[in-house]
Amino acid sequence: MIRVVLPAHLRKLARVEGEVNLELRGELTQRALLDALEARYPALRGTIRDHVTRKRRPFVRFFACEQDLSHDPPDTPLPAAVTTAAEPFLIVGAMSGG
Amino acid sequence: MSKVRVLVGTRKGAFILSSDGKRKKWNVSGPHFGGWEIYHFKGSPADPNRLYASQSNAWFGQIIQRSDDAGQTWEPMGNQFTYDGGPQTHLWYDGTPHPWEFKRVWNLEPSPTDPDAVYAGVEDAALFRTTDGGRNWREMTGLRGHGSAPSWQPGAGGLCLHTIVQDAADPKLLFGAISAAGVFRSADGGVSWQPANRGLHSESIPDPDAEVGHCVHRIAMHPARLGVLFMQKHWDVMRSDNGGDSWHEISGDLPTDFGFTIGIHAHEPQTVYVVPIKSDSEHYPPEGKLRVYRSRSGGNEWEPLGKGLPHSDCYVNVLRSAMAVDQLDQCGIYFGTTGGQVYGSADAGDSWTPIVRDLPAVLSVEVQTLR
Repeated sequence: MIRVVLPAHLRKLARVEGEVNLELRGELTQRALLDALEARYPALRGTIRDHVTRKRRPFVRFFACEQDLSHDPPDTPLPAAVTTAAEPFLIVGAMSGG
Repeated sequence: MSKVRVLVGTRKGAFILSSDGKRKKWNVSGPHFGGWEIYHFKGSPADPNRLYASQSNAWFGQIIQRSDDAGQTWEPMGNQFTYDGGPQTHLWYDGTPHPWEFKRVWNLEPSPTDPDAVYAGVEDAALFRTTDGGRNWREMTGLRGHGSAPSWQPGAGGLCLHTIVQDAADPKLLFGAISAAGVFRSADGGVSWQPANRGLHSESIPDPDAEVGHCVHRIAMHPARLGVLFMQKHWDVMRSDNGGDSWHEISGDLPTDFGFTIGIHAHEPQTVYVVPIKSDSEHYPPEGKLRVYRSRSGGNEWEPLGKGLPHSDCYVNVLRSAMAVDQLDQCGIYFGTTGGQVYGSADAGDSWTPIVRDLPAVLSVEVQTLR
């Protein structure tokens, strides 16, 4: 199981409270995680990654284990602590005003 | 008894203001989608319970929301706006080619007859359409297919198709206004488009009388006077009496002819409303006095309407999509400001009262008249 923490705006859009738990099959990568997340919550499509290029939106960041994983290639394996659910995978709206 | 529902889009959410036909007591619902920019929020003329909202922010992009119960519940619809080929670049602010990139939906224009059919005007400027209630959006490529598209350049607010005007009597006739390309007209339901800017004169572009390149802020057409269009341009208030074939200036005795919005009385096609703004670098009312100006003669002669509006120290703006009228016998006019006030007049502009005073900056105002 993978634990995912969504930012408040996306929790509301997906109509979830608290963490999201995902069961991933196959390779445990950022891409697989986001694919599973969007499959379960179609309303999130296009809000984290571009619909077509699948690139992370510029003001969205990925954190885990106190590391910024935003610039990792999408097929990089997730940290072991994330794959064992010891640590959550955080999807974060970048800090900027407004 | 008749009712009105004022749909307000703001920088930080959507609000629904409801009243009976007297328009004295108002119920305020919202914020819906709190924290998100609502560039446009409009109901279907064919089904007043069907509402569409364009919800976006810089972090998470574009969402299209739909309600089938007048805003009590909402469902996110499709949000994929993918350009279908067409030109690769338009001009950037510095005159260099810049890739076409989707940013947001500025305008949602539901069909007069089909609640599931909606046009969307987007930034970077293009026209999309859904026929399944917002689940899927397809670009109508004819607009960007016009040969001038690679030369289109953004205004300060971006390169946006901000206004779509439909002709209820002839659904194939469409007008679109793009900042800063100008007006385009389609006679075949949006398949092909031609510029409709003859008569516009803009000193801020290299050829002031160019076929394309004018910063048109808003256009409006009265359903009973087909072919008569009114325009608030960057500078100049304009009118066309021949469906956009040509335009002539009707700024007349306005204190300034800069502004963003323009509206037409529901029952008097010659009665037009504008909100003069001091200048393109000072986006607030002249002398700090908020005034709507009304012409009952289709332009040129204008009267200030200030009863109930701030008489001093008012430095708000009224944006292009932030004025609308209801259809009641005594026509109501509504507009929202960047200071978060929504003012209403139940007597065609003779007097005004604030419906709400402290919303986030208002981006759009639409009205539904419910009978």
